[in-house]
Amino acid sequence: MRQSILSDNESPLIACEHVSCTYGNSPVLHDVYLNINRREFVGIVGPSGSGKTTLLKAIIGSQPVAHGSITVQPELTIGYVPQIETVDWYFPVTVEEVIVMTRTKTKWWPRITIQERTAVREVLEKLGIADVAQRHIRELSGGQQQRVFLARAMFCQPDILVLDEPTAGVDVRTRHEILHLLADLHAEGLTILLTTHDLNGLAAHLPRLVCFNKTILADGSPREVLTSKVLEATYGAPMEVLEHGGMPIVIDHGRVAMRGEGK
Amino acid sequence: MILALDIFEPYGFQFFRNGLVVATIAGALCGLLGVFVILRGMSYIGHGLSHAVFGGAAASAVMKVNYFLGAGIWGIVSGLLIARVARRRVIGADAAIGVVTTASFALGLALMNRYGQASKSIEAVLFGSVLGVKVVDIYAVASVALLGLAVVVLGYRKLLFSTFDRDVAQVSNVRVSLVEAVLLAMISLTILVTMRVIGTLLISALLVIPAASARMTTNSFSRMLWISPIIGAVTCFVGMNLSYHLDTSASATIILLDAFVFVVVYAIAGTRNRAKMSSLGHL
Ligand SMILES: Nc1ncnc2c1ncn2[C@@H]1O[C@H](COP(=O)(O)OP(=O)(O)OP(=O)(O)O)[C@@H](O)[C@H]1O
Ligand SMILES: [Mg+2]
Repeated sequence: MRQSILSDNESPLIACEHVSCTYGNSPVLHDVYLNINRREFVGIVGPSGSGKTTLLKAIIGSQPVAHGSITVQPELTIGYVPQIETVDWYFPVTVEEVIVMTRTKTKWWPRITIQERTAVREVLEKLGIADVAQRHIRELSGGQQQRVFLARAMFCQPDILVLDEPTAGVDVRTRHEILHLLADLHAEGLTILLTTHDLNGLAAHLPRLVCFNKTILADGSPREVLTSKVLEATYGAPMEVLEHGGMPIVIDHGRVAMRGEGK
Repeated sequence: MILALDIFEPYGFQFFRNGLVVATIAGALCGLLGVFVILRGMSYIGHGLSHAVFGGAAASAVMKVNYFLGAGIWGIVSGLLIARVARRRVIGADAAIGVVTTASFALGLALMNRYGQASKSIEAVLFGSVLGVKVVDIYAVASVALLGLAVVVLGYRKLLFSTFDRDVAQVSNVRVSLVEAVLLAMISLTILVTMRVIGTLLISALLVIPAASARMTTNSFSRMLWISPIIGAVTCFVGMNLSYHLDTSASATIILLDAFVFVVVYAIAGTRNRAKMSSLGHL
């Protein structure tokens, strides 16, 4: 299924065509077609184990593709923010070290230079965590951890940000802050691709949404994509979609029983 | 006065002075590389490679080939084989190491049984010995130590990046497999030049324990790179002296001392953490 995108005479930054990936013998991605254009803000939703992380890794080039092709524009710098659970939080590094290590070209003695220290400070300030530079990465809250890795991705001045579940494990307020941060970065001209489990809090606010389960099941605006039919195909469970202030609100089966109390 | 003389008594022997220099440099070198060994979960590779090199050492003793040449080539081939087999994800690195290195070790043992006259030097490789240390060993271990230092300083950020976050390092144009190959080669070289003093069976401990102790003293990678070689060097130096006076095996004494340092650091770190925790709890 090919998605219809705004006609744009510029070729896409990333073009996945007929992509399949496997771990050993088990197929994880199957026949994926996905184009990401410059200045787009795209979210991928799908159940756990549906292959979202695998797709992102294939796009950044750390997961081999079994069939098909992924074309990335030459000279494209990708800033990748991994799923926060996959980070080794016990690794002995400070926030500053995490960010600076991405700049691998150094003088012969690998000390952090004053310019680098200033650059790190600028990025951290922009993300609102300037005071944590010297802390060990384990001494941070979930939202701060998330932002440290966002800062690392920003540090190399990427053309596109690829984020794997940037709001996993943070509270409502932090989720809001991260969403606004990403929206600001997008407004400044950055292309953003992310995955999320948060249909109402995050996905519904994005301009373009992709429903994914091993392959692409729907691709379009949240209004087009967030329908009970598509969601049932994606999650394999019945889901109801309401409308609230012009926004779709997804109610999963487990929550239907409590509907009377809330809104 | 008598005590002081006693302390310096072993320094009258050439073999002891040579052994002491080799052991101290070896301790620093193993401590330095050990940081990567423990942070990358490679301790089993160190263990495996030392056993693989033993096969090469035995073969070169039997065939009367130069030890460094014979065991060196053997070690490199085993390292490459491990990397090759481990790339097949179905088998897994630990099983790959198990297959390659135990086979190599068994071959060494078989050679030792079949050609008994060489068993003397094979035993020295197995358990380590200060007696056989020559000036050439000092040169060998010193060159590898300088090389290791150069690799760590010049490749610092690439090493750190690919150790901390392999995937992202790879997509940030760090040649991760090259970094890993260089590390593996350095570990092989280290085992090669230190094995005759420390011995096959205990060398992997020297790659792990000082770094593990260092890890518990600090949360900073760069500081760990200083502390671990210092612990390694000091314990090797003191252990060598102790072993002379206690009439125990040098490598056993060194490793016991390292284990002792580890236990002390572990206990101190534990109390400090508990203190931190309980002070947080009262807030
Ligand atoms: N390294 C691996 N080896 C083997 N199988 C893997 C590996 N990584 C992931 N898988 C499998 O591939 C499938 C897709 O995993 P993936 O991590 O891409 O899912 P996901 O959509 O990101 O899930 P989540 O929402 O829980 O993060 C899962 O069934 C998983 O078990
Ligand atoms: Mg995932």
